[in-house]
Amino acid sequence: MTMLAVKDIDVYYGNIQALKGVTVTVEEGEIVTLIGANGAGKSTLLKTLSGLLKPKSGSIEFLGNSIAGKPAQGIVKSGISHVPEGRRVFANLTVEENLELGAFLRKDKKGIEADMKKVYDTFPRLLERRKQMSGTLSGGEQQMLAMGRAIMAKPKLLLLDEPSMGLAPLMVKTIFEVVKDINEQGTTILLVEQNANMALSVASRGYVIETGKVVLSGSADELQSSEEVRKAYLGGH
Amino acid sequence: MEIIQQILNGISVGSIYALIALGYTMVYGIIKLINFAHGDVFMLGAFIGFYAITQFQMNFFVALIFSMAITALIGVLIERIAYKRLRNATRIAALITAIGVSLLIEYGFIYIRGAQPEAYPDVFGRQSVSLFGATIDMKAVLILSVSVILMLLLQFIVHKTKTGKAMRAVSHDTEAAKLMGINVDNTISATFAIGSALAGAAGVIFGLYYTKIDPLMGVIPGLKAFVAAVLGGIGIIPGAMVGGLILGLVETFVSAIGFSLWRDAAAFIILILILIFRPSGIFGKNSREKV
Repeated sequence: MTMLAVKDIDVYYGNIQALKGVTVTVEEGEIVTLIGANGAGKSTLLKTLSGLLKPKSGSIEFLGNSIAGKPAQGIVKSGISHVPEGRRVFANLTVEENLELGAFLRKDKKGIEADMKKVYDTFPRLLERRKQMSGTLSGGEQQMLAMGRAIMAKPKLLLLDEPSMGLAPLMVKTIFEVVKDINEQGTTILLVEQNANMALSVASRGYVIETGKVVLSGSADELQSSEEVRKAYLGGH
Repeated sequence: MEIIQQILNGISVGSIYALIALGYTMVYGIIKLINFAHGDVFMLGAFIGFYAITQFQMNFFVALIFSMAITALIGVLIERIAYKRLRNATRIAALITAIGVSLLIEYGFIYIRGAQPEAYPDVFGRQSVSLFGATIDMKAVLILSVSVILMLLLQFIVHKTKTGKAMRAVSHDTEAAKLMGINVDNTISATFAIGSALAGAAGVIFGLYYTKIDPLMGVIPGLKAFVAAVLGGIGIIPGAMVGGLILGLVETFVSAIGFSLWRDAAAFIILILILIFRPSGIFGKNSREKV
């Protein structure tokens, strides 16, 4: 079943067009990755999906309902959570308060408690630091917190923007294992990454974005073996 | 025991400044605006309390709560009408608007009711209590208790409630707060409501303490509370409380040692010194603003 259908959207920052007729679909249960260079428009697409930006034209359907131009809070409510680039944890709040805010729109106290426990099981490091201000966490811990916070909203679709950015290789591995885990537990994932190798190793399909356009798409295997992708993004020969 | 009396006076005046400063600092924390109309909300609070007691025969505490409710509403209206549409404008545009709102309230109010001052009803008379050999005016005790209760209540709201957590989240990162599903507009309104209610309460206890109120009474306390907020570190809630108390104590001691004419100057000398030597305030981290 198609979970997300983005059709032909144009997005602008003022007068500058950042996305040009982008079409992307995500099926339920998949991990789909968007790869591309800095400034290609990957983050712009995620921000449009989560309601921080509005498309000028085109349509976005999530589970059959149009969400293009809906305010961010409505989109969270319908089941999309966005882990933004650079984690953006609330540094002035404790780890636990950050997680509570992730569940801001939920009313089921018991369910929230259970999910909080699940997050702590997934990231034991966060449990150790739950009373600590999140600004004092390391980069990897902040990434865990940002992901945990998004999971607290109980999303059907998780948007991950550069989860590996600035992290040590070992931490990158941990994060990607968790990404796979979250997916296996039933959450569909749209993953933006510059680390294309890593991204294609967990994803089932991918899109390559260049200067605001989708230039290539296919299964992860196809992309991994494609000459252009290897040259431009995988550092191959 | 003159000294204890002076300290208590200082704390009473200081807690009034602190209550007003809290509104400045909370609003700055969330939308980075110095709301210069805040002192006038304080003035309106004093008058609402005055009319509630004299016209509607309300009990002092009922009048206090009534005044807080109405000023909360006024604060929300000011934000929705004047500031909301300027959220993406330059900061100077919003600042000039705030000054405009301030003048509009002051002279609009004078236009409606005239500029004559009023004498606040002396609801508690000249009762006093003795403490360590010092005679303490009942009103000072009252001001102190009301302020302490309100500040504790504020701490509770900011740290324990969902709205409080949303306020802190929005003030740290508005966009990330939106991604949590937080309604940013409502959170900003809540901030204005709480800050204005505190100013309203300050207005009522100010009236009780100084006994005279007039439509321009908000100007100087407003500016001093702004100094208090900067002194503590603008945007930092405990900073506003401490800044207000320090300012009240300094002023009282400047008068006590015989320089009462310099009382108002003391606040602004503090402002100048803070801006030169520690612009981020007592509690602020010394970080350069990103441009």
